[in-house]
Amino acid sequence: MLKSRHLLGLDGMEKPEIELLLNTARSFREILDRPIKRVPTLQGKTVVNLFYEPSTRTRISFELAEKRMSADIVNFSAGTSSVKKGESLIDTVKNIEAMKIDMVVVRHSSPGAAHLLSQVLDANIINAGDGGHEHPTQALLDMMTIRERFGNLAKLTIGLIGDISHSRVALSNIFGLKAMGARVLVCGPSTLIPRGIERLGVEVFHNIDEVIPQVDVLNILRLQLERQKSGLFPSLREYHNFFGITRERLERAEKPILIMHPGPMNRGLEISSHVADSEHSVILEQVTNGIALRMAVLYLLAGGKSEIH
Amino acid sequence: MTENFKAQILNKSDMGRIITRLAHEILEKNRGLEKLVLIGLRTRGAYLAERISHKIQEIEGREVPTGFLDVTLYRDDFRTRLKQPSVEVTNIPFAIDEENIVLIDDVLYTGRTIRAALDALMDFGRPARIYLAILVDRGHRELPIKADFVGKNIPTSFGEEIKVKLQEIDGEDSVNLIDISN
Amino acid sequence: MKFTKDVSKGQEGFQKLPEKLILKHARVIDPGQNLDDVLDIYLVNGVIERVEKIDPLNFDGEVLDLDGKLVSPGWMDMHVHLREPGREDEETIKSGSLTAANGGFTALCCMPDTMPAIDTQEIILYIKDRARGSLVEVHPIGAITKKREGLELAEILDLVEQGAVAISDDTVPVMSAEIMRRALEYSRMAGIPVVAFEEDTTMTSSSYMNEGYTSTCLGLEGIPSVAEEIMIARDIMLTEYSGSRLHIAHISTRKGVELVRQAKAQGIAVTAEVTPHHIALTEESVRSFDTNTKVRPPLRTGEDVEALLEGLRDGTIDAIASDHSPHAWEEKASEYIYAPFGVIGLETALGISVGELVHKKVLDIAGLITKYAINPYRILGLPYPAIMKGHLANLSIFDLDAEWKFDPARSLSKSSNSPFVGRRLKGKPFAVINNRQYFRSIL
Repeated sequence: MLKSRHLLGLDGMEKPEIELLLNTARSFREILDRPIKRVPTLQGKTVVNLFYEPSTRTRISFELAEKRMSADIVNFSAGTSSVKKGESLIDTVKNIEAMKIDMVVVRHSSPGAAHLLSQVLDANIINAGDGGHEHPTQALLDMMTIRERFGNLAKLTIGLIGDISHSRVALSNIFGLKAMGARVLVCGPSTLIPRGIERLGVEVFHNIDEVIPQVDVLNILRLQLERQKSGLFPSLREYHNFFGITRERLERAEKPILIMHPGPMNRGLEISSHVADSEHSVILEQVTNGIALRMAVLYLLAGGKSEIH
Repeated sequence: MTENFKAQILNKSDMGRIITRLAHEILEKNRGLEKLVLIGLRTRGAYLAERISHKIQEIEGREVPTGFLDVTLYRDDFRTRLKQPSVEVTNIPFAIDEENIVLIDDVLYTGRTIRAALDALMDFGRPARIYLAILVDRGHRELPIKADFVGKNIPTSFGEEIKVKLQEIDGEDSVNLIDISN
Repeated sequence: MKFTKDVSKGQEGFQKLPEKLILKHARVIDPGQNLDDVLDIYLVNGVIERVEKIDPLNFDGEVLDLDGKLVSPGWMDMHVHLREPGREDEETIKSGSLTAANGGFTALCCMPDTMPAIDTQEIILYIKDRARGSLVEVHPIGAITKKREGLELAEILDLVEQGAVAISDDTVPVMSAEIMRRALEYSRMAGIPVVAFEEDTTMTSSSYMNEGYTSTCLGLEGIPSVAEEIMIARDIMLTEYSGSRLHIAHISTRKGVELVRQAKAQGIAVTAEVTPHHIALTEESVRSFDTNTKVRPPLRTGEDVEALLEGLRDGTIDAIASDHSPHAWEEKASEYIYAPFGVIGLETALGISVGELVHKKVLDIAGLITKYAINPYRILGLPYPAIMKGHLANLSIFDLDAEWKFDPARSLSKSSNSPFVGRRLKGKPFAVINNRQYFRSIL
């Protein structure tokens, strides 16, 4: 059983809880292959998808997961600009909660936004990404995908490549993978590696060719193009030449490496098309697993709460 | 609530004989293997399905398609529970359309689990018909559900419970009557 | 959580000061005179008549038994944001003064980041007018540059003539070294210090907390300590070059303290203050995502706190000031990145300081009083309110050992953005006397 009524992040989550989530997700995976891809479990539960940042794929993935579980769904999308001018986040969610909802999936540009909601609402809160902080369901689906291929995370070495400083995907992966006993390497330009990251138990590299021979999995992060404009690295061309994952680089490895990417990809920048579409790429499996994983999260969080109060 | 052993209902060899009989009864009723598939309900119904499946193969010399179903997600008590039971993998690696399904579980009690299983199966396709095979029927039905194949009928009172143990997960084969009425 | 406060609140703290009053059995400490003794203070019409052991039978007048209490020269909080004019919903000159009295202060300096800024005589006169007759003396700090834009010097001589005790663009560092140099040179002529908020803002756009391991864990962009230290180093060099006086507001980093220590050793006229929240909290408290941990400079590491304590101990840091920054509830009750920086502190400064410094033996009680009642005056070139015959009684009275919790319902501030709500404090304001008024703290 999960310790919290909310899924805010993987920081502090221990192995048994992560295993429960991954095992449950594995059981849910089969539902997606049924002729009727729907179970009645969350009938009568209302889930609000509260997206303060544009995100097509995460929102669709959550929405499908909710539909597969037979929940009622409300979608709320707001641009950041209207947030600053208009109603406060707390007022918005209190209004939504007054409409008698059970769970809130929240995506927001501010770290801690999901924590804030968990403090003011009775609903279960699922963090779908809070700024550069955490994106727990993405990291869990990444771990689920790795475990599907290798069985066990504990003996693996996983490389996280790219902008570690601004990546909630990287941070949640580090928390989760370290809890599961994996070895984690991070590699990127020194301006995109945050201070103190070693204290999370990861090893820092700046040369991708030193990383490739050591890893079982490469999780290649999306490069936000605006980082170049803010002066954190000189050019996309140089980034690709030194940090882009290409066939030539991977061919130097002795064993095949599992290729992952949380999407959306910048093909030809952080990952070459050949690598993205290769037989070792599980990028689309990640997407499928994402639905099963999110179904599992919904299932494990949605207890008989409505009967309590 | 304390659990007190009251009586052993079935031992290992009793269970072996029942499995053999159920296999024969199923084959007899279905007139052979034609369109026959077995689906065991997780957890213990799945092991019983495997055993019956092996027995049928012994008898007929051919394999009968066997799948496993977890009905947790279809149960009707979801909203009244605080804790979620763990969900196991459902594995039905064949189409069930127009098949004759034998649903297999260890104990038939209120009938709610079977109701959930029927709902679940409808999401996989449209079977020609569904039979129900049960190791122990202990009575107290709350829904109009009846087993087609019954290993043993054991009328129980509300203060009693049936405890089925199987070699595969419990380390022994037995069915015991337990007193749970303090 | 409350949205508004009763505007008449706090009046119950005022009690009539009797014509003749004996403060009995108090431990009287005035480090400026090396005074630390259990004495009686005899006040006539609010003026100190005698400070000695008095046989009460020989005197008429009312007796205030202060057994177990401490009497100190009146404390000054030299770094307060009063929000008037401009944001009277958050704090006014009146509410802020009452809050100061409630927290054990008899004087405060108000920072110039009002709307409009304190960059003209008129605003100084307005503030002085609003504060007239107040128990708590309000000393305005004028702006360095017009509208605090960092571009052109404000009319500093004018400001000082009307009562500005220092100049500062607080909350907006003066990024141009040229302007800072000229401000230091010009203020030297006016005889006042420049109070500097030290942060190189080219390094800190869109950042929210101290940069380091914790900011990495929280995904919050960091304000590096070096952004503060660069500016401290620059301003120390400019101060030396221009022969002026520099006061560094709310110093927060280990290397910053070291830079000030070295500058003082070289005889450069630099002083520094620290806030109670920077010595009582570390960046770890940001993990709660409580927006009352969002302050500027940010809460730093335990190592920085150790250095700040050492700086207080060895005199590198001269003063403690609260940086009282009231913010409306609805502004703080928001996402971490959108919430404004700053916390209120006038009413918890004494409790935090006594608890963290005196009870933890960083400073003795005379040392703490020096940081609040003597050095702020000295930095501003003003006489401190010595407990001496013939002086107007300007006293802070407090209880060193009283244990309590800060309850915003007892606060007189119009805002309640404190990181110390519910925290167990040891050391509590009891009363203040100044300008022939007596105020009993209602905390």
